Amino acid sequence: MMNNISTTMNTTTTTKAAAMIDSKISARNVQVFYGEKHAIRDVNIEIRPRSVTAFIGPSGCGKSTFLRCINRMNDTIDSCRVEGNILIDNENIYDPKVDPVQLRAKVGMVFQKPNPFPKSIYENVAYGPRIHGLARKKSDLDDIVASALQKAGLWNEVKDRLQESGTGLSGGQQQRLCIARAVAVSPEIILMDEPCSALDPIATAKVEELIHELRTNFTIVIVTHSMQQAARVSQRTAMFHLGLLVEENDTDKMFTNPDDQRTQDYIMGRFG
Amino acid sequence: MSVGVIILVVLVLAALGYVFGRQRAMAVSQQSGIKLHSLPSYYGQMVGLFAAVPALLALVLWLLIQPVVIERSVTAMIPDSAIPEGGALSLVMSDVRRIAGGLDAVLAKGGVGEAEVDRIAANPSDLRARLAEVGVPLVGDVPVAVFEAARAYRSMTQTGSILMAATVIAIAAVLAGLVYRRIEPHMRARNVSESFIKLLLIASSLVAILTTVGIILSLVFETISFFKIYPAQDFFFSTVWNPQFRGGSDLGILPLLWGTFYVSFIALLVAVPIGLMIAIYLSEYAGKSLRSFAKPAIEMLAGIPTIVYGLFALVTIGPFLRDYLAQPLGLGSSSSSVLTAGLVMGIMIIPFVSSLSDDIINAVPQALRDGSYGLGATQSETIRKVVMPAALPGIVGAILLAASRAIGETMIVVLGAGAAAKLDLNPFEAMTTVTVKIVSQLTGDTEFASPETLVAFALGLTLFTFTLALNVLALYIVRKYREQYE
Repeated sequence: MMNNISTTMNTTTTTKAAAMIDSKISARNVQVFYGEKHAIRDVNIEIRPRSVTAFIGPSGCGKSTFLRCINRMNDTIDSCRVEGNILIDNENIYDPKVDPVQLRAKVGMVFQKPNPFPKSIYENVAYGPRIHGLARKKSDLDDIVASALQKAGLWNEVKDRLQESGTGLSGGQQQRLCIARAVAVSPEIILMDEPCSALDPIATAKVEELIHELRTNFTIVIVTHSMQQAARVSQRTAMFHLGLLVEENDTDKMFTNPDDQRTQDYIMGRFG
Repeated sequence: MSVGVIILVVLVLAALGYVFGRQRAMAVSQQSGIKLHSLPSYYGQMVGLFAAVPALLALVLWLLIQPVVIERSVTAMIPDSAIPEGGALSLVMSDVRRIAGGLDAVLAKGGVGEAEVDRIAANPSDLRARLAEVGVPLVGDVPVAVFEAARAYRSMTQTGSILMAATVIAIAAVLAGLVYRRIEPHMRARNVSESFIKLLLIASSLVAILTTVGIILSLVFETISFFKIYPAQDFFFSTVWNPQFRGGSDLGILPLLWGTFYVSFIALLVAVPIGLMIAIYLSEYAGKSLRSFAKPAIEMLAGIPTIVYGLFALVTIGPFLRDYLAQPLGLGSSSSSVLTAGLVMGIMIIPFVSSLSDDIINAVPQALRDGSYGLGATQSETIRKVVMPAALPGIVGAILLAASRAIGETMIVVLGAGAAAKLDLNPFEAMTTVTVKIVSQLTGDTEFASPETLVAFALGLTLFTFTLALNVLALYIVRKYREQYE
């Protein structure tokens, strides 16, 4: 146990050093409490820009909780309290001066279950640009919607039925619609909370392909239960266990030769 | 034998049937060495059910049919000459029933036998005095035919009830005996008694449905007889409501419908915005503890008797509106007005809107709100652009239910808006609604033969049609909305 902790300390210090050069998001001593429950314990992590970082770990390990700290979605939960700092572009997002609403325009999010609004496909995508006043004219808005749907790989499937309800699409299409909706606001970071867990393998493959393409423009953080998915889509992987960040490493190294015994056990399927 | 005693006897038979049926099942199984198909108590239950249910059903049927049969044969005995000028057969028949009841009372009081009736019959002039002694006053002398009819009525009722007792108890005993004798180990007593119970449950639900159907049918029939004596065209399209108890009334529904919709419209104008804002606050902003206190507190508004609201309208709101709005604006000087009733009714139906809408807003999945917050929407943007549109069909349903409640309201209107049937746009005028007029047409000593009273049924049916349509529409919308998320 002692050994494990010291390894964790080592990895975090090395990543911190690396981050000095190049990091989009950096978390410093983040603690999260749900009422009395200590859900996240002292997490330090550096996330690189224009890359995919995967969070893995058994259920209840805190990976989703930590993800929701990055766009302050936990603010909407009354009993939740966050300590420590999270810096995006070297600005602390937990600074009282920061407006969480503006932050979320910069840090988009895609949820576990596809949650299109019960509106038309067009209105779903136009929702974000509208509330942020991104389009002056109707034609601008049309362009934004079209380009977001193209980026999400959904354009060809829906271009002839933009006025139909978003809830009428298949599960995989709905999830890509939600991604298009997030992309339409032109965020810099996209958080994905198990985006494929409600999808079949074909839809999953499409979303994964999409994540690959989005990486060139966005910083992506994805929580996943599927180790194969983490291995396929991400460049860096972070392993959480019992609220601790156990290990954070290059994905290749993580899945072939992890530093931490718990990562090894989890990847081999010995627990979780 | 009175009905209560018959029921008691049947129930005792059923209880005995249960005990003996159970015993016999066990005995039969032991004797033959074959295992029983069901638990012994099911055999007992089966015997008990067969003893009680058909017999009690027969009792109910008998009680319903006997008066009809007797009435019909006694009516045939009354010659046209016994019906007084301007009177009706039904009045004579009620005399017959009263005399029959009076004779029963005379016999019971004097402790004398049936022969006394013959003695009274021999001396008809004595009848009035004898009946008056037992508290049955008669107006004028009784024609012989009527007295004979009363005697026949009496004896038929007596024989009828003896026959009824015998038949019902016989049914119970015979069925119990038959089932009891058929008990053997292979008999599927559990299935029999379970399907029997299922039938009982179906019968109970039929009672509710049939009552509704019965109410509607009676409304329809009375309405038809109204339209036979009053032209339907005048009823639906005349703008004058002016009932005269001497005949020649104008019975146009339009002023009443106008009053009904005007008052309900004002009520909704009050209740919908306030109710919706309450619902939004409670479901989206209020904390858990506040919500658990505030929601029942608001729902209490719906529990206040409407007559109390009526008083409130009459004593407080009405004079207030007259003194501070109507008179200064020169719009009227009446303290009962459409606005008074509408305002007070609006307050009454706030909880219908707020409570139902709150439930519906809560049913909007949290995932939709998260999706909106995740895109950088504020809480009020999320409510306006995502939550409310998603909840809208359900909210419309809630509003329609509140509207049908408002349309059916009576007491607040009587006390708040008055009783004058008028077609007017001025909200400070006294007007009245359909329900109020139904009440006023039926109060007092009236006979159900004139258009002035029968119109109440036509009014009731019209109102029922409107509220039913609103309810069906509301339920349809609410159901359609539910399907969206399940």
